[in-house]
Amino acid sequence: MIHFVVHEEGDGVGVVVVEGVKAGQHLAGWIMEDDKDIEVVAKSDIPIGHKVALRDYKPGDTVIKYGVDIGKVVQPIAKGEHLHVHNVKTKRW
Amino acid sequence: MDLSKATFWGYKRENGRVGVRNHVIILPVDDLSNAAAQAVEHNVKGTMALPHPYGRLQFGADLELHFRTLIGTGANPNVAAVVVICIEEQWAKKVADGIRATGKPVAHFGIEQHGDHDTIMRASRAAKEFVQWASELRREERPLKDLWVSTKCGESDTTSGCGSNPTVGNAFDKLYPHGVTLVFGETTELTGGEHLVAARCRNDEVRKKFQFMFDRYQQVIERHKTSDLMDSQPTKGNIEGGLTTIEEKALGNIQKIGRKCMVDGVLDKAETPAGPGLWFMDSSSAAAEMVTLCAAAGFAVHFFPTGQGNVIGNPILPVIKLCANPRTVRTMSEHIDVDVTGLLRKELTPDQAGDKLLECMFRTANGRLTAAEALGHREFVLTRLYESA
Repeated sequence: MIHFVVHEEGDGVGVVVVEGVKAGQHLAGWIMEDDKDIEVVAKSDIPIGHKVALRDYKPGDTVIKYGVDIGKVVQPIAKGEHLHVHNVKTKRW
Repeated sequence: MDLSKATFWGYKRENGRVGVRNHVIILPVDDLSNAAAQAVEHNVKGTMALPHPYGRLQFGADLELHFRTLIGTGANPNVAAVVVICIEEQWAKKVADGIRATGKPVAHFGIEQHGDHDTIMRASRAAKEFVQWASELRREERPLKDLWVSTKCGESDTTSGCGSNPTVGNAFDKLYPHGVTLVFGETTELTGGEHLVAARCRNDEVRKKFQFMFDRYQQVIERHKTSDLMDSQPTKGNIEGGLTTIEEKALGNIQKIGRKCMVDGVLDKAETPAGPGLWFMDSSSAAAEMVTLCAAAGFAVHFFPTGQGNVIGNPILPVIKLCANPRTVRTMSEHIDVDVTGLLRKELTPDQAGDKLLECMFRTANGRLTAAEALGHREFVLTRLYESA
């Protein structure tokens, strides 16, 4: 069973694709582009469709998804934590 | 799916374009004419009125877009015949003449110096003739290249970017080599990925035109914004669905144009493509506005990927909805035409998902009603550029 997907190798985030992910849960992931498996332990409850951090981040770091810059980190994020609008912002507008 | 000999059953119109629906529409030019148009719709079964709130004291480019959208809607090959109603007869004639250039039957009526009753009676007589005439038109087998397909996504979430949008991309990559006319748009929702679209442009001329459209829209945002747009891009629904930034939303959005097709040309809002290939149309990212512009540009079938569950339809353009979010497919199943949730369980390959969408496209083109059509979603929303005079 797959709990999250990653677009391509090197992306710093995965997308949770099942409902009800809880902190402490071992998550199985699938890197779609490269058809590889990956694992991470959730450190937060993460809703379906939301992102799990696949590495540790500090403020000012860039988040990569689809191999492209999707914004900057504004609060520290640990691997396995929920990564969203509370800790990442756009670099535009 | 081998598409080399693929065909569909459509209505060949007087100008050679092929439609997949056979509507007789009652088209008001302005807000004041909605009541009469709806009365005609009520009087004559099988007609459809397209009420909207605009058309008075618009000017310049905004007025041109208004006319282009109305004329394009009437000219769309999914429409068999049109009754145009306007408060002023001259503008009714202007819109009607624009549609008449296609060769299809058009009648126009002005309300002034007649009143609603007389206008409704005259327009109803014309509408009844049209609807009986249209009911005898028959579908014929046509090559795939005669089908025009548009796309725009809505209420997107992260499953759009990894599931439903790449499914559209896979289908577009398969349709493109067969000379199908394709369009995408949503100018502001390319922000963060505009360089990827620019890199896909056929040549420098197309790239320059794309960049012009992109920059022009960015200037509108810069001029009017009061914040970092966090309240509207991404939308509340996008954020609820897990999308964090406009860049992330844009990268998901761009998955719709696949891996192989090139951007062959650039259109202004509601402009009709001059030939086959993939076109970019400068457009709002608001679902009903964008789909209305696609219909006005002449597109016959629409692919609409959704994540959190947008329920949009259009009066004349069948909107096929596809979704990869299992929660949405479970809670909003009546709105979803193509379920591609299997992609995110590794039970469906992108190639199989693309074929599933194409299969639904052919069934829809051949006459099967979409969920939005069955549910009566007829959002007809005209794009405004600025205030009225």
